[in-house]
Amino acid sequence: MTPDVFTSKDAIALATHGLTKSFGQLVVARDIELSLPVGARYALIGPNGAGKTTLINLMTGMLAPNAGRIFLGDEDITTLEPQNRVRRGLARTFQINTLFAGLNPLEAVTLAVCERRGIAAKFWQNIAVHKEAIEEAYSILVKLKLGDCAYQPTRELPYGRQRLLEIALALATRPKVLLLDEPAAGVPQEESGDIFEVVAGLSDDLTLLFIEHDMHVVFRFATHIIVLVGGAIFTQGTPAEIAADPGVREVYLGTRKHD
Amino acid sequence: MAVTGTQVSPQTYLRSLSRWHPIEIIFWLSTLLPFWLFPTYLSLASQISVAALFALSLDLILGYAGIVSLGHAAFFGIGAYSAGLFSKFVWGEPFSGLIVGAAAAALLGFASSFIIARFRHLTLIMITLGLGLLLAEAANSASWLTGGSDGLQGVAIWPLFGIFKFDIYGTTSYAYSLAVLFVIFLMARRLIHSSFGLALRGIRENFVRMPAIGAPSREHIRKIYTIAAAMAGIAGAVIAQTTQTVSLETLDFQRSADVLVMLVLGGAGRLYGGLVGAAIFLIARDQLSGIAPQFWYFWIGILLVAVVMFLPNGILGGLSALLARWRTR
Repeated sequence: MTPDVFTSKDAIALATHGLTKSFGQLVVARDIELSLPVGARYALIGPNGAGKTTLINLMTGMLAPNAGRIFLGDEDITTLEPQNRVRRGLARTFQINTLFAGLNPLEAVTLAVCERRGIAAKFWQNIAVHKEAIEEAYSILVKLKLGDCAYQPTRELPYGRQRLLEIALALATRPKVLLLDEPAAGVPQEESGDIFEVVAGLSDDLTLLFIEHDMHVVFRFATHIIVLVGGAIFTQGTPAEIAADPGVREVYLGTRKHD
Repeated sequence: MAVTGTQVSPQTYLRSLSRWHPIEIIFWLSTLLPFWLFPTYLSLASQISVAALFALSLDLILGYAGIVSLGHAAFFGIGAYSAGLFSKFVWGEPFSGLIVGAAAAALLGFASSFIIARFRHLTLIMITLGLGLLLAEAANSASWLTGGSDGLQGVAIWPLFGIFKFDIYGTTSYAYSLAVLFVIFLMARRLIHSSFGLALRGIRENFVRMPAIGAPSREHIRKIYTIAAAMAGIAGAVIAQTTQTVSLETLDFQRSADVLVMLVLGGAGRLYGGLVGAAIFLIARDQLSGIAPQFWYFWIGILLVAVVMFLPNGILGGLSALLARWRTR
């Protein structure tokens, strides 16, 4: 993979071709064709059960597709193990907090940084030796406003803080493409804006795909929207195009309360 | 001692987590007491040191990486047999025997780690159990080598440093096994406070998240499993050297079960849990079997049930919770 793939603005950061997955008779992903340009802010929307999280699971390797290919930059990553996709720059967060309850944020993020730097297997040196890794971890926490609770066990953190730690862990892998599965899920509406402010403040080089149900948030932060229905891409386009699409209104927007 | 505020730098904070606590120093000093207070119990003290080392090795995989094993005696036994055979046929110097025991167990651990790292939960328990039984039966049928049910006889250990004989009083035995325990403990302590130790805790805390931060969990598991196997092998080597015989019991399922009980009693995932558990278990056995030899497991059973019901983090976990509550008053 050449590094300039991820810096040139019209290059494709992540693409899927004919991605298909079914559980028995149930097709959860049908011939998905996606391509995310570098630096894009994509929203993935669709009714419950449309297969949004499944698509993220397929792209990150937590599920194996029945057919189709996935490309990160120029590289075909379809058969790579999840951790090897992460190492190449494809990170994700989870809709339901998937954190290290007994570690504190500093330890958790330091672990992720150490894994990326390839020093996590050093069992003969005290962790404090890795000054740069620790400071990098701490700076990520500070950036996500988690600096003041860095030493508090994760399980004791308020829920909103835990959602931010989800993002911090993903950022520690220094992703080129970040897939956010409902980053503000379960957070009261007045706080969900804070989380998306953080997301919006991420580097322009970072390619983002996020699942979100709140249409205000989607239209505010996304540059492009993909509508997924029944495991297939229903349509995609700019927020203006999606808002004007009568089909989308019918299958999706029309079925939800929206003011 | 844990620092809770954010006034210290992250590096200083992480370093402070591995600082020696005064209680730790008191603990290790008190392990010297048997030399003067209970000179007639030195062979029991030596057995406790060996069991503590064995439990410590299980703690690294169970308490830190969350790998439940019911066949850990396989490594203890292979360490015991290889150290015993080495001293019988090759070379009786004790430290070289330790290295041989560690190497043999590490080799077996590394080979089986490829299977271990692929499974979890009940499957893993059954695999470790099966491998343990397999090895015990193999040692039994290879009686030309192991002496079978008569045990391996003729283990001749040279005096320690060419001076201190392993005599019946157990002074050398206890000093030796305690020193080995302490050195290995220091290594284990360093390990759990390393970035690798953090990765192990990560595996225990959330196995699903690990690949999502780019962590090769299976590689980590293979590594710690091999290290723990080597440690268990050293424990086995020490028992072979200090008792100058190796019996099939070193590979027995009972031994795998006992070490698990010791660790759970003491508290898994706290480094000292296995040490304290081993002491409680073996002292209880020594005292209770004096009263009624057939029934002593009855009391261990009661203790085990009581501990897991009321002190889910073991006796040490209960004590530290008590201490924490007392401090906040």
